[in-house]
Amino acid sequence: MTAIEIINLTKKFKELTAVDNLCLNIEKGELFALLGQNGAGKTTTIRMLCCLAEPTGGDALLLGDSILKNPEAVKQKLNVSPQETAVAQKLSVRENLEMAARIYGSGRQQAKEKADKMMAEMGLAERANDRSKKLSGGMQRRLSIAMALISEPEILFLDEPTLGLDVRARRDLWDILKELKGKKTVILTTHYMEEAEALADRIGIMSGGRLKALGTAEQLKQSEGEASLEDVFLKLTAEEESI
Amino acid sequence: MRSVAFASRNIKEILRDPLTLAFGAGLPIALMILFFVIGKNVPKNAGNIFPIESTAPGLAVFSFSFISLFLGMLIAGDRGSSFLMRIFASPMTSSDYIAAYALPMLPIALVQTVFCYTAAVFCGLPHDMNTLLHLLLSVLVLLPVAALYIGFGLLFGSLFSEKQVGGFFSIFVNLSAWLSGTWFSLDLVGGTFKAIGYALPFAHAVDAVKYAVSGEYGSILPNLAWVAGYTIVIFAVAIRIFKKKMKG
Repeated sequence: MTAIEIINLTKKFKELTAVDNLCLNIEKGELFALLGQNGAGKTTTIRMLCCLAEPTGGDALLLGDSILKNPEAVKQKLNVSPQETAVAQKLSVRENLEMAARIYGSGRQQAKEKADKMMAEMGLAERANDRSKKLSGGMQRRLSIAMALISEPEILFLDEPTLGLDVRARRDLWDILKELKGKKTVILTTHYMEEAEALADRIGIMSGGRLKALGTAEQLKQSEGEASLEDVFLKLTAEEESI
Repeated sequence: MRSVAFASRNIKEILRDPLTLAFGAGLPIALMILFFVIGKNVPKNAGNIFPIESTAPGLAVFSFSFISLFLGMLIAGDRGSSFLMRIFASPMTSSDYIAAYALPMLPIALVQTVFCYTAAVFCGLPHDMNTLLHLLLSVLVLLPVAALYIGFGLLFGSLFSEKQVGGFFSIFVNLSAWLSGTWFSLDLVGGTFKAIGYALPFAHAVDAVKYAVSGEYGSILPNLAWVAGYTIVIFAVAIRIFKKKMKG
């Protein structure tokens, strides 16, 4: 079953076309990685799919609801962990999670129960009462993802979730993301090729606002005749680099 | 409910900053004590240059300018981080965001007023039943005044970055205080300065509260109308800019 159907999605900022007639289907339960250099259009695509930016053209259906015609219904089904760590710095881990749950409609008691469950699942229980600004970068990312998961979204957007993390923190987050495979539809943007290869069911490579290639890591390597995903990426984005 | 959850976060973020207490309540009280001490040390034949009936309302209004700072910094900080992306992606509506930012400021304003008036009583403000009733009425007059400063906070936070809010606020707090008649009566300067003061809402805000404290009820409404007019315009502009930035 298709979770996300993107139809000729376009976003222009005056003369600049950030996303150019993007067409893409993502299946339910799939972990999809969107790769691209800075300015390739990944974050703009996610912003449109999250109803944060209005498309200049095209549309996208998230589990059947249009981002143009029914953004309220779309927002109920998704959640996002943005590029930077998006947590309330002066709130404790528990308070952040309870706030996130209540914003999505949970009552006080239900929010408390969900926060307890999420802290246990994400290894945050021991830091429940610590203010989030005191957490390490890795723990803050973990909290940020927990805040996105607490609303039990059917579709989860993760914008460069492991950016700037050390190797251990990154591997810990990978384990958490692997657990989500098959349960949630996850769209992940990343600059790390090995991350996309380790986690994603399929990979899309964007360059200049366009989708240049789509497939599993193996399919991409074979079709481009390259030994590594990094070489595939460099080959497909060379045109953008030369401009 | 969604709005309450976000409002609860906003008030915690503000109250957990020690600068909130230092500037929001501490500074106006310290200034009131300073005025009181200066007034005591001025020779008797010079008269009372800082009558508590004038300085208390003025400082109550002055303390609200820090609400503009707290709110502006909070919104600008949220805009500068990815936190608002998370909130904007939620099912909350733009009315929810505005209410969640603006409404928690009212209890803060109320607490500031209580601090200010308590200090004023210790500095010699009469506390007979009649004056206490006037003070209670002045709290109602202070609500739309607080709304004005909340509007400025929304505007600053929507327009400026976190660093810019701090810089712009230092200009705002000085200009609004000078032009409000808190430090000195605008009649002492007169002319263009007084005309500018009364073209802006700050002097009207202080006058409305002074009239409430002194029990001159008939003079409150004309001044409050100026404050209300500015509040509506500033809120409308701030909400428009905030919504535009949301879609940016």
